[in-house]
Amino acid sequence: MVDLKHGAAIVGIHEHVTRYAPDKSELQIQGESVIKALADAGLTKKDVEGLFTASSSIRNSGMNLADYLNMYPKYVDNTTVGGGSFEFHLSHALTAIVAGRINCAVITYSSLARSGGVSVGTGGVARFGHPRLDPSPDSFEELYGLTTVGLYAMIAQRHMHLYGTTSEQLAEIAVAIRKHASMNPEAMFRDPITVEAVVNARVISSPLHLLDCCLISDGGGALVVASPELARNCRQRPVWVLGVGEALAHQGAGQRDLIYIAAKQSHEPAFAMAGVTHQDIDMAMIYDSFTITVLETLEDLGFCKKGEGGDFVSGGRLQVGGELPINTDGGGLSSNHPGMRGIFLLLEATRQLRHQFEGTPRQVENCQVALCHGTGGALGSRHSGGTVILGRD
Amino acid sequence: MAEWNKPLPTVSGETKPYWDSCRQGQLVIQKCDSCGEYQFYPRGICANCWSNDIKWHKASGKGTVWTFTVTYQNRTPGFAEDVPYVLALVELEEGVRMFTNIVECEPRDVKIGMGVEVTFVRANDQISIPYFKPAA
Ligand SMILES: [Zn+2]
Repeated sequence: MVDLKHGAAIVGIHEHVTRYAPDKSELQIQGESVIKALADAGLTKKDVEGLFTASSSIRNSGMNLADYLNMYPKYVDNTTVGGGSFEFHLSHALTAIVAGRINCAVITYSSLARSGGVSVGTGGVARFGHPRLDPSPDSFEELYGLTTVGLYAMIAQRHMHLYGTTSEQLAEIAVAIRKHASMNPEAMFRDPITVEAVVNARVISSPLHLLDCCLISDGGGALVVASPELARNCRQRPVWVLGVGEALAHQGAGQRDLIYIAAKQSHEPAFAMAGVTHQDIDMAMIYDSFTITVLETLEDLGFCKKGEGGDFVSGGRLQVGGELPINTDGGGLSSNHPGMRGIFLLLEATRQLRHQFEGTPRQVENCQVALCHGTGGALGSRHSGGTVILGRD
Repeated sequence: MAEWNKPLPTVSGETKPYWDSCRQGQLVIQKCDSCGEYQFYPRGICANCWSNDIKWHKASGKGTVWTFTVTYQNRTPGFAEDVPYVLALVELEEGVRMFTNIVECEPRDVKIGMGVEVTFVRANDQISIPYFKPAA
């Protein structure tokens, strides 16, 4: 295979500050984000050759976005595999750049999930607005009242049964991430919480409590990806793409062991490409739709053995200053989660690798290598996993 | 009988034998004559070896709870007023797992590994839906 390591860099980022924007359109949030991310990079509209976006609404597809921005991209990718779509986009942009198809791409996303009143986690089949179930797999699933949170809760229940994992251990994840949110002035929920508060909150779908679940916000963002030649001439120090891996996981015709998630398949190619080990990872951005998502992801990425996640996430290991700080922006559990949040994993990892928070408690000390893992879909039925390893210049 | 207000399956050519059988109170699953694997959900090909040598077999209707969750919140009509209900994955004796609800027992009594057996609820003239209840 062609060596993709250092084949492209993130050179510009923007996270839209909004968490509630009933007066904006999704396209406007994307447009504003793209413009600011390009300004951050010191590039202009003319430099952009590739356009990447994902949307759960077919109407807000890449065509509408290109129209809104009045752009004529020569490379287009609307891969939509749930919340982790943007890790896939970066993987694809890297490949397109190394192949010489393009020199510069923007990846962008926005959603008005909050002001639109979308029940992402507990809407049941109504969350997709389907008037009629597909013959399969819907007709063998949605009859039984599946919810997104329920599909993650089932995996949490199984994990507890097999390994003795406790609600208190899952709560440690929410507590660490809330602590990080308290350092992020833009985070939606910033008041520190305790393990007791998490386990005493109402149960949404057993064994997951309210504070085991991500919030719902509006929001969006964009990043600019460039070839090495272009990256050297950008305003910001490049953040290199070192390794990528992608995977899908599903029911396996009723036979796959769902306790293992897509991260198990996607992380090995990413580590191999990057030529790094787990000890080299200074911080990680782990998709935190629910606390169980983080625990399962850390296990299947190989940071600890299967079944040992409960111990691994305890004792402050995941907090800044700990062995493996995660989600230093406050994550989807506390900062923002507009339907899909995989793009924010890439944005925060870039900020950390730029040492943008130097001199403040949010900065991971001497951050050289960061891992992002996006999970989309649902662990209990079918989902995607995209691993990205990024490095400071 | 009150009108069914939960989602109903859409029946296609490849899944019609399943729903026809459910209407008669029999759970059926597919097995491949080429590779010998069972599969669920039903489909027009063998998901394992991609042959089309698939046959319908009567399932015993017995299985165990592989995992479950007690759902307290779901906005979908039919389920919104049904909470708390038990969403489960049941592993059939034949070895494949299917989504279902565990019915005819208290949600707090459902445990992973407990024995369950199929029971059908008539939704309308065409459709009966397989659920599972604690094994006798
Ligand atoms: Zn076969």
